Amino acid sequence: MAMIHARGLGKTFRVADKQPGLAGTLRHFLQRRHRDVSAVRDVSFLVEPGEVVGFLGPNGAGKTTTLKMLTGLIHPSSGSVEVAGFRPQRRQADFLRRITLVMGNKQQLIWDLPPLDSLRVNAAVYGIDDAEAQRRIRELSEMLEMGEELTRPVRKLSLGQRMKAELLAALLHRPDVLFLDEPTLGLDVNAQARVRSFLAQYNRRYGATLLLTSHYMADITALCPRVLLIHEGSLMHDGSLAELTTRLAPCREVRLELREPLPAAAFAAYGTVEDLQGRAVRLLVRRERLTASVARLLAELPVVDLEVREPPIEELIGQLFRREPAP
Amino acid sequence: MNQRRSWPLPRAAHGLRMARVLLSTQYAYMLEYRAEIVLWALSGVLPLIMLGVWSEASAAGGPEATGGLGAQALGRYFLSAFVVRQFTIVWVIHSFEEDTLAGRLSPYLLQPLAPVWRYVTAHLAEQITRLPFVLAILALVFLIHPASAWLPSPPRLLAALVAIPLAFALRFAIQWILTMLCFWTERAAALERLMYIPYLFLSGLVAPLEAYPEGVRAFALATPFPWMVHFPAQLLAGGEVPVARGFVALLLWTLVLAPIGWMGWKLGMRRHSALGA
Repeated sequence: MAMIHARGLGKTFRVADKQPGLAGTLRHFLQRRHRDVSAVRDVSFLVEPGEVVGFLGPNGAGKTTTLKMLTGLIHPSSGSVEVAGFRPQRRQADFLRRITLVMGNKQQLIWDLPPLDSLRVNAAVYGIDDAEAQRRIRELSEMLEMGEELTRPVRKLSLGQRMKAELLAALLHRPDVLFLDEPTLGLDVNAQARVRSFLAQYNRRYGATLLLTSHYMADITALCPRVLLIHEGSLMHDGSLAELTTRLAPCREVRLELREPLPAAAFAAYGTVEDLQGRAVRLLVRRERLTASVARLLAELPVVDLEVREPPIEELIGQLFRREPAP
Repeated sequence: MNQRRSWPLPRAAHGLRMARVLLSTQYAYMLEYRAEIVLWALSGVLPLIMLGVWSEASAAGGPEATGGLGAQALGRYFLSAFVVRQFTIVWVIHSFEEDTLAGRLSPYLLQPLAPVWRYVTAHLAEQITRLPFVLAILALVFLIHPASAWLPSPPRLLAALVAIPLAFALRFAIQWILTMLCFWTERAAALERLMYIPYLFLSGLVAPLEAYPEGVRAFALATPFPWMVHFPAQLLAGGEVPVARGFVALLLWTLVLAPIGWMGWKLGMRRHSALGA
């Protein structure tokens, strides 16, 4: 049975429309106008137990709205969702014990007290006895490489230490399903890497299912064999990152260094010349012809060095989002 | 899944443990703000100021001017009102409004504990933190005016110790109803200020009900306000008060208003779920 099953999920918000200026303010006060904004449209997907899935999309694409529907914080306007066999909007205690939501920009820890106090509260709320709670805290803090931070007030912790403590608090009840909304937001490169490695370890150790949004492609490439790409509320891709790259970039870039300069026409049989600077050439070659073209280039032209490059995924997705919205 | 789950503790034990841990954690949190709590305790000295005003009135016009209460009865009443007020202060609307606007409600909603209990325990922890400061203020008053010192009779003290938490529960239930308006407006706390005016005048904070004309007194007694201050204050002060009626009123008002607050929560959550955090 799938751990997450979304069927035709949609969410429409009614927002007030107000024109700027005094006239707009008066009109807004006397006669409010509203319009419907479709934040998520007909999104369907399945996530199997133990899968780690990346949720990609620009700001406002509908990622957080979808996560909130999956956790039961908001109700879908259309479609249905099941998580761990529960309907999230009913917010049953047994469902809440099996999930967690970590938001990089929100915190659940008590600001003026050490994280251990928040952990004690969470242990009591989730009915974890003291000895078991201590054991889990020890285990998770080892995985997160945490030490005396647990006894320092949260307000005195760095952003990275705070996020690690947030993760510890969110995972103390050992949820089966983790929803992570920008868990590495604002962290430095080292802290990001630690959070990533912790999440991978947690997934391996407990077989937990992870659905993660991030603006850092490094998070996605390191953790997610599968990605969901959402844009303007609609799901545009559901598959591996490699498939997405192939779909977005049908060509690969081949960089050549030649022994002597050649005219552009000499490369027409191998691919499209993107740049030609003396002995340095950049060609775009279709993926399906790549092996054959590279073999021919090496055999037929005076090649000193050859490099095949994958276009950066950030760039490809950025290009996609700059295009017109999907129909 | 290869994980081991701890079996949930039996329901009652689980509830007690949650209450104990939440209370001790909130107490630790309140201690961080002890200086602020001293200021709050000091800001609640309105009954002591009113004592000065009414003592002057009593001295000038005799007990008739103060509804038959002499100087000693007035002193005891306002000191008792001060104590009652200190342990029935409710500020849930401000915390809830802040939590809703800052998005802190979402993590609470994702845990298997109704958020209202976090606010209730925060209030109780604040009352525990407040206790030594209230005792210190009382000791100071008794030191300055030894004549005003008295000890309530044990039955009255016991009755007051039951009535004060009930008064707090009623005050909390009333403010919780207004708090639920946070789901519809971003400034629900402003409405609480409107409610504060009848509370101030009808509860007995600024004047003992005995000093009011008969009609006003009857009107006040038909509202929940006097049962939250005047009734427990008179229990402590040893004044004349309908004990059974007071407890029945406290219980009835709470039993009527608490379900309205619960319905408000349900409706509010429906709206919150539709509009998002």
